[in-house]
Amino acid sequence: MIAPFILLVDDEVTFVKTMAKRMAERNIETIMAFSAEEGLEKLKTNQNLDVIVLDVKMPGMDGLEMLKRIKTGFFRTEVILLTGHATIESGIDGMKLGAFDFLTKPCDIEELVSKVEEATKKKRAHDEKIKDAESKKILSKYES
Amino acid sequence: MAQDRITNKLHSRKFTRNMVLIVILVSFIPMLLVSGMVLHQFSNSYNEKLYAHLKEMIHRHAQDIDSFLNERLHNLQFMLDSCDNVDLFNESVLQEKLFQLQQKYGDVFEDLGIINEKGVQESYAGRLKLENAQYSKAKWFEDALKKPFYISDVFLGLRSKPHFIISVKRVYQGKYFMLRSTINFEAFNFLAENLRIGNTGFAFILNREGNFQTKLHDDMLPSKKSYMDFISAGKKAKHGIYIGELTDDSDGKHIIYLAALLKNNDWILVYQQEKKEAFSDLIRTQIIAGVILFIGALLIVIMLSFLFHQIIKHLSEADREKEMMNRQIIETGKLASVGRLAAGTAHEINNPVAIMVQEAGWIEDLLKKEEFQEGENLQEIERALKQINTQGKRCKEITHKLLSFARKTDTQIQSVQVNKIVEEVVGISDKKSYTGITINSYKDQTIPPIAGSQTEIQQILLNLINNAIDAIGKKGGKIDITTRLEERFVLIVVEDDGSGIPQANQDRIFDPFFTTKAVGKGNGLGLSICFGIVKRMGGEIDVHSTIDIGTRFDIRLPRNKT
Repeated sequence: MIAPFILLVDDEVTFVKTMAKRMAERNIETIMAFSAEEGLEKLKTNQNLDVIVLDVKMPGMDGLEMLKRIKTGFFRTEVILLTGHATIESGIDGMKLGAFDFLTKPCDIEELVSKVEEATKKKRAHDEKIKDAESKKILSKYES
Repeated sequence: MAQDRITNKLHSRKFTRNMVLIVILVSFIPMLLVSGMVLHQFSNSYNEKLYAHLKEMIHRHAQDIDSFLNERLHNLQFMLDSCDNVDLFNESVLQEKLFQLQQKYGDVFEDLGIINEKGVQESYAGRLKLENAQYSKAKWFEDALKKPFYISDVFLGLRSKPHFIISVKRVYQGKYFMLRSTINFEAFNFLAENLRIGNTGFAFILNREGNFQTKLHDDMLPSKKSYMDFISAGKKAKHGIYIGELTDDSDGKHIIYLAALLKNNDWILVYQQEKKEAFSDLIRTQIIAGVILFIGALLIVIMLSFLFHQIIKHLSEADREKEMMNRQIIETGKLASVGRLAAGTAHEINNPVAIMVQEAGWIEDLLKKEEFQEGENLQEIERALKQINTQGKRCKEITHKLLSFARKTDTQIQSVQVNKIVEEVVGISDKKSYTGITINSYKDQTIPPIAGSQTEIQQILLNLINNAIDAIGKKGGKIDITTRLEERFVLIVVEDDGSGIPQANQDRIFDPFFTTKAVGKGNGLGLSICFGIVKRMGGEIDVHSTIDIGTRFDIRLPRNKT
C-alpha cells in the first residue's frame, strides 16, 4: 500500500510536530495545521489527503465543527478524532458526525498508526469505487 | 461532639421541664380553681344540711321532753279533776291512783303526795315513808306555791338521789293544797341520753343557773362556763335554737353546740359534738377528692413528662436526620464542585501528558536507530522511557476516573436485575483469583427489576469489592454480598472481614480524594463515585465498620414505584 498521507490538526504545536516526526518514521507522509481554520485551508490544497487526525478541543473553531465542514464539503478524507476528554462521549458525538474513529490522549502511537492505516484503506477503497463508477459512466457514454 | 451531646441533653431537659411547668400551670390553675369552688360549695351545702339536720333533731327532742313533762303535769291535773279532792287526802285512794299511774306509765311516777298550804305532806303514796314530811322550807315548795302548776329542777332532796317534782295547786275549802309527784330521774334522763350520735355527739339539760339536769359521763363532762358563754354568744335560729362553735380549752378540740329552750324557758337542752366527727363525712370526701386530685395531677405530670420526652426524642431524631441530610447535601455539593473542576482540568492535564508521552515515544523511536544502539546507558534510558509511558497511562486513568465522576446523566437508565449484576460482578472478581479471599453472594430471589444503569451499579459493586480486597489484604478472608428486598428499597450489603475503617475516618470516606491507601494504590475517588451514583439514583449508602472486625456497606436503591 502506498504510504498514507495525513493531516495532523492540533493547537498543541509541540505535540503535532513530534507526532509528525514519529509518523514519518513509520512511513506516513504528514502535513500539519495548528488550528481548525488552517486545517481546512490545508485540506483544500491537499485534496488527496487520506486521513485527518483532528484534536477535538481547540481555540476558535473546534474539532467537531471542522469535522462537520469536512463532511458537508464532500471531502472523502477520513477523520480520526483525538480527544483530551478521556471519555467516550465526545468520541461518540464525533462518530455521529461521520468520524472514522476516535482515540483519547495520550494515545499509543502504534494504535494511532493502525487506525490511520485502516482509515486510509477505507478512504482509498472508497476512492476506487468512485473511480470505477466514473470510468463505467464514461465508458457507457462512449459505447452509446 | 460529646460536649454538644451533653449540652443538647441539658437543653432538652430544661425545655421539657419548662414545657411541663407551663402546661401544668395552664391546666392546673383552672382545675384547682374549679375544684376549690366545687369543694367550697359542697362544704357549704354539707354544712347547711348537717346543721339543718341537727337543728331538726334538737327541736324534736326538745318537743319530746316538753311533751313528757306536760303529759306528766296533765296526768296530775286529770287526777285532781277526776276525783273529789277529799278522797285524795285518803292514803289508800292515793295509793290506788299511784298504782293506776304506774300501771299506765311504768316507773315514771315514783310517788304521790298531798301537801297542805303549810308545807306538811298530809297524805302520801310511795315506797318511802314521807307522811307528814315538812316541805315548808323547801325551795321548790316556795316556788310551787306561787304557780298553779310547777315542775322543779333536778335536786337531791330528802332521798339523796337526783329527782324532780311536779305539782298542781288547788283550793279546797278556802285553803290551798297541792298534789305532788316525784318523777323517776332515770326515765327522764333517758329522754336526753337517747340523743347520741357517733362517739362524741350527746345531749344534756341545764337549768338557767347552768346546773345539769341530766346525768353526764365523766369523759364527756363539759365546762359549765362554756355553755353559758355559748348561750350568750350563740346565734339564735329557727325554732329558738342556738348554734355555735367553741374550742375546748383543755385539748383544743373544736366542738359544735346546738341548744333549745325547754320547760317555758327554764331549761336548756344542749347537744354537743366534736366538729371533726360531725363533719367526718365531709372531711373524708375532702380527703378523697384531694387524693383523686393529687393522683390525677401526678398522672398528668407523669404523662406530660412522658409525652414531652417522646416529643423531644422525635425532635432530636428529626434534628439528627436534618443534620445528616445537610451533611449529605454538603457532600453532594462537594462532589458536584469536584466534578466540575475535574471536567475542566481533565483535558488540560491530558494534553501536556500526551506531549510528554509523545516526546518519550519519539526518543524511543530515535533509540531504535543504529547510531544509538551502542549507547552505554541504552537500557537505562529505555527503562526510563517505559516508566514515562506507564505513568502517562496512569495519568490518563486518573483523568478518566475524574471524568466518570463528573459525568451526570450520561448513562442509560433501564430496567435492571440487581441479582444478575451481583452475579456478573462476583464472576468478574472471582476470575481475578485473589489469594485467600472468597467472595460469597446471598441473593433474595424475590427482588424485582429496578430502574437504573447497569454499568453504574456494576461500578459501585466493583469499587466496594476492590476496597474490601484491599482491606482484607494478604491475610485472606471473605466478602459477602447479600441482596434483600425492603419496603421502599432494594438493599445490597457488601461486607468484609478486613481491617475496618477507623471511626475518625468514617465521616470522610465519601469525600473526593480521601484515601488511606498507599500512594499510587488509590486515588480517593472510588467511594465518591459510588456515593454520587447512589444519590443520583435516589438511594442511600451507609457504612458500618469496626477495626479488625470488618466493614459493611449498605446500599439502598429505590424500588420502582408501582
